[in-house]
Amino acid sequence: MTTLVNTSRRDFLRGSAGLALGIVASPALAQQAGPGRAGGEVAANAALAPNAFVRVGVDGTVTVVAKHLEMGQGVYTGLATIVAEELDADWSSVRVEAAPADAARYNNLFWGESQGTGGSTAIANSWEQLRKAGAAARAMLVQAAAQRWKVPASEITVAKGVASHVATNRRASFAELAADAGRLAVPQDVVLKDPKDFVYIGKATLPRLDARAKTDGTAIFTQDVHLPGMLTALVAHSPRFGARPKSFDATAARKVAGVVDVVQIPTGVAVLARDFWAAKSGRDALKVEWDESQAFRKGTDEILAEYRKLAGTPGKPARREGDADRALAGAAQVFAATYEFPYLAHAAMEPMNCVMRLGPQGCEVWNGEQFQTGDQFAVAGVLGLRPAQVRLNMLYAGGSFGRRANPWSDYVVETAHIVKATGGKAPVKLVWTREDDMRAGMYRPLFVHALEGALDAKGDVIGWRHRLVGQSILTGTAFENMLVKEGIDVTSVEGATTLPYAIPNLTVELHSPRLPVTVQWWRSVGSTHTAYATEVFIDELAAAAGRDPVEMRRALLAKHPRHRGVLDLAVEKAGWGRPLAAGQPGERRGRGVAVHESFGSFVAQVAEVTVKPDGSLRVDRVTCAVDCGIAINPDIVAAQMEGGLGYGLAAAMHSKITLADGVVEQSNFHDYVPLRMSEMPAVEVHIVASAAPPTGVGEPGTPVVAPAVANAVFAATGKRLRTLPFDTSPLNG
Amino acid sequence: MTTLEVNGRRVSVSASPDTPLLWALRDHLQLTGTKYGCGIAACGACTVHVDGEPTRACVTPIGALAGKRITTIEGVSTSQADKVSRAVQDAWVEVQVPQCGYCQSGQVMAAVALLRAKARPSDADIDAAMNGNVCRCVTYVRIREAIKVAARRLATGGAT
Repeated sequence: MTTLVNTSRRDFLRGSAGLALGIVASPALAQQAGPGRAGGEVAANAALAPNAFVRVGVDGTVTVVAKHLEMGQGVYTGLATIVAEELDADWSSVRVEAAPADAARYNNLFWGESQGTGGSTAIANSWEQLRKAGAAARAMLVQAAAQRWKVPASEITVAKGVASHVATNRRASFAELAADAGRLAVPQDVVLKDPKDFVYIGKATLPRLDARAKTDGTAIFTQDVHLPGMLTALVAHSPRFGARPKSFDATAARKVAGVVDVVQIPTGVAVLARDFWAAKSGRDALKVEWDESQAFRKGTDEILAEYRKLAGTPGKPARREGDADRALAGAAQVFAATYEFPYLAHAAMEPMNCVMRLGPQGCEVWNGEQFQTGDQFAVAGVLGLRPAQVRLNMLYAGGSFGRRANPWSDYVVETAHIVKATGGKAPVKLVWTREDDMRAGMYRPLFVHALEGALDAKGDVIGWRHRLVGQSILTGTAFENMLVKEGIDVTSVEGATTLPYAIPNLTVELHSPRLPVTVQWWRSVGSTHTAYATEVFIDELAAAAGRDPVEMRRALLAKHPRHRGVLDLAVEKAGWGRPLAAGQPGERRGRGVAVHESFGSFVAQVAEVTVKPDGSLRVDRVTCAVDCGIAINPDIVAAQMEGGLGYGLAAAMHSKITLADGVVEQSNFHDYVPLRMSEMPAVEVHIVASAAPPTGVGEPGTPVVAPAVANAVFAATGKRLRTLPFDTSPLNG
Repeated sequence: MTTLEVNGRRVSVSASPDTPLLWALRDHLQLTGTKYGCGIAACGACTVHVDGEPTRACVTPIGALAGKRITTIEGVSTSQADKVSRAVQDAWVEVQVPQCGYCQSGQVMAAVALLRAKARPSDADIDAAMNGNVCRCVTYVRIREAIKVAARRLATGGAT
């Protein structure tokens, strides 16, 4: 049975006498280093360690060191698949361990000298690196066999962890060869497999390595880490952005049994206790007075009113081709629409949390660690350490959707401040409650998009003006220099400036107002709003021109074969053009389509919806086509499309963060409403066969579903949904 | 000191009676398979069985559990677990349900309770039983499928 060594299990076992009660922990596993403690330690012990990513033990175990966070997207399995393929390993002997923080070896190759996970880059940046890593190990094992058998290496074949020399009928397993192979020089150049010879890549049958541990409760998340003497910390945060703690009265809090300490930190007041419930009770009893002299006190309505005004004025040019003004002025038909998008919380199932322990050598962190390099620097800065003294244990993350890669390392830094304020006396587990997590900011920014389109007499689109208003995510972060050019934050306009449609006169303009409400990337970032605005607007233009929305898109995508490829596939599989089965009496049904590229992957979705007489909306079925280059694990690709579009559908149907007098109005899942089982459509995923290098799948499924559904609602009712989440009241009757 | 019966064993917890079962399990008994997601019975990540009924541990005070049988994910994951528990978990792996995995203990507990109550649940039964369990990775398509796979296996004695 292939196993994924569980996170931080050694410490966990050490500190958990009560474990005997139920957690089944195999003694063999308990001996092994867990993710995050792994890279270096395994390197010291494994017989064959040709590079930073592959280890082969004398027991034949193949360990793949994963530099990327497993947050649900299946990346541990994906990275291991690439290595196992080139190594010709036996999948049942493959395991994964998390890499330590070390940007020299484990940087994201798309992010320069930084280590981290995001932008759907994990597989794409690791592809060549891990193929070569696996191939180097394989070449050494082959060489060891060749020397042992005194035959040419070229005559040796490898399959499922066994090297063979057919002519002399000799075989040796990786276990038998590892020690000898480990003494050989690491080859500089390796030959990679011809993709036609792949045995794992592209096969739907390879199971996820973490599925069992995530089914029987043994997978360890940050929330589950228990260290000897550890205290749980809850923090009272200001209800408004920009406020600071002025004074606090901890008399009642300190009287709560189990409360150990109450300390002020820059972001609030922390209550430390022996366990969560004591810390929570202590925080409930705490009285804090806030300095709100700099606090933000606007409401969503005021923000929207300002944004709408800005949308009527020219912004900074982000893309300009031809002369959109002239095209609009001389058009046979001009069409305009405005779309509005709320702030969104990530709301991962595991609220933000972090465990930190200060020791004589530095500090050690346990975290669903998504941005190692940034977090190392930030923690080091707070604690007066060198970044290398901040040791990071990358645990499974209970979802992230971008949240755990925070440009300010917000919750990690908060933990460091608590450790500092308490003198490092005890290890600290910071736990944000759901309410803390929901109200902590770092939202997908609120956006207003104003679009105008020009049609000529034939119904062709000859002009397009797209104005976006919304906060910049990257301004003021370490990414600003790289990704904000001439006032344009690429993450504000991606998907709008990359509009693939052949429109001769086109401008995209951006306003980036500054507000104290903190914002962050959220699964598919700019595309969360640009895909909606562009794909609904092109649909509106098609309707205005009296053209079929698929035909219109196809005509404008002549130079974009991969867009067309997914569009054609989704449309074919969905039965576009064939009549939909009728609903119940009074129900209206419709089909809508959208296509969008994000992070180098192309996705088209066709949604089928039913609108009931009372206006309520049900999405019945989504047919999804994806072109992500070579699909390493097709079943994981499908799962990411299912989940990704579900995440986008939740936002479209329900989700919004609103402010009143500067205070976030939502707090938990009763008012920040998630998608539930009964609302989930049937989903079919079709993957375009491709020989192109693999691109990401974690995000690209998310932004396409909302416009597809909105376009289906139009097909069913003739009404356009231009505000998210959907206000379905106009669909009544 | 409160005495509880957890996974067939009597255990003592030195916490006030108003302490939610979730935190007694996690912080006092180190049974961390049961997860914290919302604290207000809105997400189901903390689902356990109390006398066989799916129950939100985050809003159930330990003082209310005297004489009750509590079963957690750890309790349905042992080799001695009943066939429904095993069928559900095997189906979860076969269908490759989990993504981040954080909600799945609660999902499994809810699904086990469903299949014990109803051997061949309809889609409407699945909606009703599982709607309280949120998955933000949105693995619902596969959860539904895995419940059906487990039901088929149990009906045929593992033959399909």
